[in-house]
Formats: sequence, structure tokens, C-alpha cells
Amino acid sequence: MNGFPILSALTFLPLIGAFAILLLARGSEEAKAKLSQRLALLFSLATLGLAFTMFGAFDPADPGFQMKERHVWIEAFNIAYLNGVDGISVWFVMISALLTPIAILSAIGSIKKRVKEFMVALLVLETMMLGTFTALDLVLFYVFFEGVLIPMFLIIGVWGGEKRTYAAYKFFLYTLLGSVLMLVAIFAMSALAGTTDMTALIGEKFPRHMALWLWLAFFASFAVKTPMWPFHTWLPYAHVEAPTAGSVILAGVLLKMGGYGFIRIAIQMLPEASAYFAPFVVVLSLVAIVYTSLVALAQTDMKKLIAYSSVAHMGFVTLGLFSFTRQGFDGAMMVMLSHTFVAAALFLLVGVVYDRMHTREIARFGGMAANMPRYAAVFMVIMLAAIGLPGTSGFIGEFLSMQGAFLANPNYAVVAALGIIFGAAYMLWLYRRLFYGPLDKSDVRAMKDLTPREIVMFAPLVLLVLWIGIYPSAFRNVFALPMERALVPFDAQVHEAQNG
Amino acid sequence: MVDLKSLVVALPEIELAVANLLFLVAAAVFGRKATRPLGAAAILVFVVAGISLFLPARIGPEGFGAAFGNQFVDDGFARFVKAVVLLASSFSILLSWDFFEKEGQARPEYPVLIVFAVLGMMLMISANDLLSLYVGLELQSLSLYVLAAFNRDDAKSGEAGVKYFVLGAMSSGILLYGLSLLYGFAGSVDFDALSKTLAGRGEPGIVVGVIFVCAALAFKIAAAPFHMWAPDVYEGAPTPVTAFFASAPKVAALALFIRFLFIPVSGVADQWHEILLFLSVASMIWGAFAGLSQTNLKRLLAYSAIANIGYLLVGVIGGREDGVQAVLIYFAIYSLTTLGVFAVILCLRRGGKVIESMSDLQGLSKTNPLLALAMAVLLFSLAGLPPLAGFLGKYFVFLAAVKSGYFELAVTGVIASVVAAFYYLRIVKVMYFDEPSTGFDPVPNWGVRAVVGVSSIALVALTVAPSLLVNGAVSAARHFTGLI
Repeated sequence: MNGFPILSALTFLPLIGAFAILLLARGSEEAKAKLSQRLALLFSLATLGLAFTMFGAFDPADPGFQMKERHVWIEAFNIAYLNGVDGISVWFVMISALLTPIAILSAIGSIKKRVKEFMVALLVLETMMLGTFTALDLVLFYVFFEGVLIPMFLIIGVWGGEKRTYAAYKFFLYTLLGSVLMLVAIFAMSALAGTTDMTALIGEKFPRHMALWLWLAFFASFAVKTPMWPFHTWLPYAHVEAPTAGSVILAGVLLKMGGYGFIRIAIQMLPEASAYFAPFVVVLSLVAIVYTSLVALAQTDMKKLIAYSSVAHMGFVTLGLFSFTRQGFDGAMMVMLSHTFVAAALFLLVGVVYDRMHTREIARFGGMAANMPRYAAVFMVIMLAAIGLPGTSGFIGEFLSMQGAFLANPNYAVVAALGIIFGAAYMLWLYRRLFYGPLDKSDVRAMKDLTPREIVMFAPLVLLVLWIGIYPSAFRNVFALPMERALVPFDAQVHEAQNG
Repeated sequence: MVDLKSLVVALPEIELAVANLLFLVAAAVFGRKATRPLGAAAILVFVVAGISLFLPARIGPEGFGAAFGNQFVDDGFARFVKAVVLLASSFSILLSWDFFEKEGQARPEYPVLIVFAVLGMMLMISANDLLSLYVGLELQSLSLYVLAAFNRDDAKSGEAGVKYFVLGAMSSGILLYGLSLLYGFAGSVDFDALSKTLAGRGEPGIVVGVIFVCAALAFKIAAAPFHMWAPDVYEGAPTPVTAFFASAPKVAALALFIRFLFIPVSGVADQWHEILLFLSVASMIWGAFAGLSQTNLKRLLAYSAIANIGYLLVGVIGGREDGVQAVLIYFAIYSLTTLGVFAVILCLRRGGKVIESMSDLQGLSKTNPLLALAMAVLLFSLAGLPPLAGFLGKYFVFLAAVKSGYFELAVTGVIASVVAAFYYLRIVKVMYFDEPSTGFDPVPNWGVRAVVGVSSIALVALTVAPSLLVNGAVSAARHFTGLI
């Protein structure tokens, strides 16, 4: 392992795959599609293999960054190609590497036109995601963070539904507006600290008034990306219009970039400003949890419902983070991990019936438990995890995050608990409307149960959802140390407050 | 008596001048037959001049030299900008390779005029004196007026030429008046002498002189609110000429502007500082918003050029070395990108005519996927999105602004760039999301395709390995006489 640049290999392998598809997939439309699907699956699985190798070599006892690589990039401006992972980012790398092959599997069933281009876009997207989570230089981080927009714009716009153009523009411009403000903050950090090396910036002291502005600029970017209420309005459109594979990646990984950004930059680099703005973030999170759950109740489109539930779940992430307690931090990470698998699975589940019926209108379905038992079972497990039933991944995250909020201020937890109740309401109601009742619609009755390809797609997700639910420590142990370290400045502030 | 040293310092310019006089004779003798050979010869001369720019014997150990009684200066800055100009001009000739033949307008004057314009630009870039500034600028402008009207049977082209000429002559008048005021109050035309005598003075005559010169130069670079000519001229001029207008002359005029601001009037920065701030903000905002409603590709690119000039001026305002570096990087990347975009447009003919309107690109990703991909890369780069090189340009420019304390300017700039991103995205949308209409004529010669290929690949390559460009710009700015 020594000396082998595994992170770079991991990051750029999908890109090589994209080029391979571009060059190799030729001939008739059908042959092109077949070959590009195979190549995409092969490269994404190879990337997953590399990710597991990296994970095996990762040492959870070391709270710092590991497997660092540094190359000269823009020498004159002191910008390096610098990457590495710690216990936090290693998880995001893993989920990116895991979800891409799953997304490709789903696309094999549902994307029928311009397959080659779709596979290329997905693989380019994977490189950008992996790059974002491994980058340790702010400029590099920004390059990957923004680079995500181009393939995602095309995925929504080319392969999306009816209103795809509007959705693609909204996604792109909204996110870009947030990000460019972050770019200005990166300029300012670079001017103040003289470096864009993230390892050096963690622990750097910025003048207070500057830190507040910097925090707001980063907030603009991450709040849109996460998304937090009221910056979430792009999300329902993007999700509804995106093809299933796009939604899976969007909900599973892209939203986590916001949460990751909050941890890595807002909290680790600007702890004082984070503490200053914490009440603001907490209030927005609570509104998100309660309000978007209510909005989800009123939806008639399955994808929209899940999209709003995503906003609510991400509310638990920011709630936990900005409670600045150990429980809250762990809870936020757990919610993010759980939401990745749950939301990805939910979008895939919607995709399964959409491929068969070409509608997502909840009212068009009913009684599916009778003719699609396997589908109903998978949906049940995932739905329960989304509600946060103990024993599933959803429980531990929301529980810890609420506990953290309770320690910070009991009222927070009371409000958040309301959100959980509404969450149970909309999910259970959705399940009832889809699976119970009479099987009286002929097109619903004609649907076939899950195919082997679809079972392969869902198996790892269900497994992970249960694994996290039953034995969360296996996951927590990896990120515990760096998270504790991120908490140190806040503990110090609490001590100061108590002593002073 | 001409001293030999001056001839060595001005070697590339002399090469261009001598060669072009020969071209003129050849054009007169051989007529239309000479068009293609002269085009090739012009590119060859550009290459030779480019090489002689960097001859170690010419540069000398100190890295800069003056000629002709300090009227002409050769420094790292000039060399970098001239290299960009020569490269862009060579690409422009490639772009016109068979364009005028297809239009039935192939005439040997075209390469000759281009070389004269380039000679004018090289003089502008090296001008170290109010007189050589004016002479260089006029040599360039007069050639450009003719080029705009080159498609003489086409009413639009003629209109563009006349419009450009009338407004250009007006701005030249203002320029000359400003220069005469400066000369009158300072008693010198030499940049170095002016920088000493003007320092700290604020008489109305000097202020008016500075304002007039700034306004005239703002006209040449098409910075808002002196941009009105640009959309019409861009639209009316033959497309290869538009491509040329959008790249080399802009670069040269901006280089001249920078030298003017950094040397003769550097001592009265208080006077021009706010003018520049206004030009920059107005260009960024106007270029972004006015472009939103355009449906003609060439007009759209005119507004894009206006917005980009705004970003470039952001780098100039700080008046520091890193700003100049940023500007150099930016306009090298920008010229490459914009030439690439025009090359893509020139590849697409329908019914014998080069396309003009955005809707002509409908479904290009299906009818011609490679060209659509190249265009998408170029447009995303223009929008300043990573991981393409356009991002690096914007990054350094705004970084320089923030380092000089211009936060508001940087915020305005990045927000304007989001607005402008919308119109680049619209083109991508038309190419990728819409269904194709009727097909295109076969893609023309290798010359245009080579420009498409080189520019789009370079934009990706520059992100991966920007060192060559960045180091070049850094050393160019270090050897800029305005900063020494």
C-alpha cells in the first residue's frame, strides 16, 4: 500500500472509465448501449473494490488525515493537489463508491435513450463526488464541488421528465449562486491565511468579524446544497424530474456534500462563528423538520413526497451538528449515513414501479402487497427505517441527534419530536395507499415483482440499513475520533462560559 | 541615425512590417489566386515573429529593452501579450480558411489586413509614448474597420463597417484630445517622464485628459457604457472577422490600457480609479443581464465579451502584480475559448450559410456529438465553471481583487457570473435537451476543426497542468516595466 496513490486512483478511475466508454462504445445503437452499460458497471465496481481496499487500510485509531498525497498543481499561487481522508470523509467516499454501481444498475433498466452518454455522465459525476470528499485543498475542493453541477445538469436535463429544463436550470443556478459566495470566502481565507491547505486552515484563527462573514458565505453554499429550509425549493423539482439514477445520487451523495461541508469547513475551520450562528441554524433546522414533514403529507407524487422527507431528514443533521454535543455530532453523521441508504432505496423503489407504470401518482396504485410481495417487503423495511424504528438505521441517528438537541435546549427536542411523528404519519400513509386496499386497478395488477437485477440493487441497501440499526458502533467507531476532535473548541467554550 | 539596438528590440515588428509589404505586392500581382498562399504565409510570419519574440539574444539579461528613443518598450508583459495576440491571429486566419471562398469573397487583402492589424497591436502593446500609442492604435483600428466591411456585397457587413468606423473615429478624436491635454499640462509625451511629472497633480486639464483617454480606450475594449458598437459590429461582420475582433484586438487594447494606467497616469490613480471601478461593474452587470435576451449567437457573444472585459478590469483595479498576472492568465484563456466557440459556429453551415441563431444548434448533440461536446466544454469554461480553465482565470482575477480589499467587487463579479452562466447554459440546453431539426452541411476543412480541437482540449489540459501558463504570466508580470 505504501506509496501507491490509492485515493487518486480511486478518484480518477471512474473518469478513465468514462473515456473508455467514449472511445470504445461504437457501432449500432444497441451494441453501444450494451457495451457502455457493461463498462460502466465494471469501472464502478472496480472503484468500489478500490474503496474497500482503502477502507481496509484505513486506521480508525488515528484521528488525523490518512493516505495523504501532495503534488504541485499551481506552484506560483501555492495551490497544491492535496488529498487525504479522515474518519469522517472515509464514509462519504464509501457511500459515493457504493451508490454509483447501484445507480448504474438501476439505469440499465430504465434509461433507454442515449445510454452511452448517460453512463459517461454518471462516471464523471462519481469522480467529482469522490474528489470532493478526498480533497484537502480548498481550491481543489471547490473544483470538484462545482464540477458536480455539469454532469448533474445534463442528467436532469437530457434524461429527465416533462419539466426537466426548468428543473435543471433551477438546480444549476441555485446551487451555483450559493457556491460562488463560497468561492469569495475561499478567496478571503486564502488572502488572510496565505494558504488554501485545509489541514492548515483547521485551527487557523480568523478575526471575529471576518469569521462571521466567511461563515455566512460558506453557509450560503452548504445551506443550498444540504438543503436547509428555506433554500430547499430546487430540490423537489430536481428530484421529480431527474431519472431514478440521478435522484439516487442526488439524494444519496450530493446532499451529503452540504453536511460534509458544514462539518469540515463551518465547524472545523470557523468554530466561533458556528457557535455564534448556532441558534439561527437550529431554528431553520426545526422549521425544516416540522414544516417539510407537513408538506410531505400533502404530496400526491411519490418522488416529491420523498424529496420533502429528505429535507426533513437533513434538518436532523444540521440540528445535531449545531447542538455541539457529542451525541448531536454522532447523530448527524448517523442520520447522513442512514439517509443515504434509505433515500437511495426509496427513490429506487419509486423507480421500480415508474418503469412499469410510467406514473408516480400515488392514487394510481393500491393493493400491491398482493401481487408484488417481495417489493412490498423491501419497501416495508426501508419505510420503517425512514420513520426511525428501532433496529433500523433511521432510529440511532435521529435519536442521538435529538438527544444532542435536548442537551443543548430541551425545547429543541420537543419540536423535533413533532417532526418524527409527522414523518411516521406520511410514510405509513404512503405505505397504506400503495400496498393495502383492494387490488382493483388492472395495470397495477399486471405489474411483475422485483427482477433479479433489482434484488441485487436493493440487497446491499437493506443489509446496510439493518446493520446500522442493529450494530451502529461498527460505523460510529470509524468517525468517533475525528468528530470528538471537532468538538474540542466547543467544549472549551462551554468551560469558559462555566468558569467565567 | 537608427541605432542597431532598436532594430533588435523591435525585431518581430520589423519582420511583420517587411513581410507584409511583400504580401501587398504579391496580392497586387497575383490577385485572388494569392489568397490561400498569403494566408499560409501570414501564419508562418506570425510563427516566426513569435519565435523571435523569445530569442534570448534579443531579450538580454535584464529582461526588457527600449527602442527608438524610449518610444517603444519590450518587456515580459509585452512579450506575453504579443504571444497571445499572435496565436489568436493565427487561429483567426485558420478560421477564415475557406469561409470567404464559400461566400464568394476570397480576396488576398484579408491576410494583408490581418497582418497590418496585428502590427498595429504589437505597437500598441509596446507603446511607451503617447504618440506611438496613437499610431499603433490607429493602424490597428483602420485595418479593423475595413475587415468589418469585408463582405462587401452584404449590407449587414457594410453597415457594421460604417458603424464601427464612425464610432471608432469619434473615440479616436476623444483619445487624441485627451492625449493633447496630457501633453499640454505635463509637457512630455514619454510615459516615464509623464509618470514623474503627473504624480499627485489634479488640475482640471489633467483630470479631463485622463478621463478622455480612459473613455476612448474603454471604447476600444468595449467596456460598458462604451460598448454600444460591439453587438452590432459582432453581428454584422463576417463570422471569422468577428472571431478575430473578439480575441486579439481586445487583448492588445487592454494591454495598452494597463500600460497607460500603470505608467504615465499611475501618479494620479485617484482620478481614474473610480472610473475603472464603474467600467468594471457596469460591464459585468450589463454584459450579464443584456445577454439574457439575445437569440443571435454573435450578439450573445458580444455581450459575453462585455461581461468578460468587466472581469478583466477587476484584476486591473487593484493595481498590483498579482492582478496583472491574473489578467494575463485570464485573457490568454479567454481568447482561446472565444476563438473555439466561433470555430464551432463556423463548422456549422445550413443551406450554404453559417448559422447565426441559437435555435440553429437544436439537437446538435445528436447530429454531431463531438462538436456539441467541444462546444459544451467551451461554454462551461466561459461560464467559469470548474474543472475547466475558465474557472482558473476567474479565480485569479477575483482572488487579486479580494487581496486588494475589493470584497464588494468580487461579490458583484461572482453574482454577475451566475447570471451570465444562464445564457451559456441556454446554448447547452438547446444542444443537448432539444430535438434536432434538419441536418447541417458537411463540416468544412481541417483548419476550423483544428481550432475547435485545440481550444477545447487545451481548456481541459490547462486545468490539469496550468503551470506553464501561470508561470509564464508570473514572470511576465514580474518583468512588467509598470511594476518595476
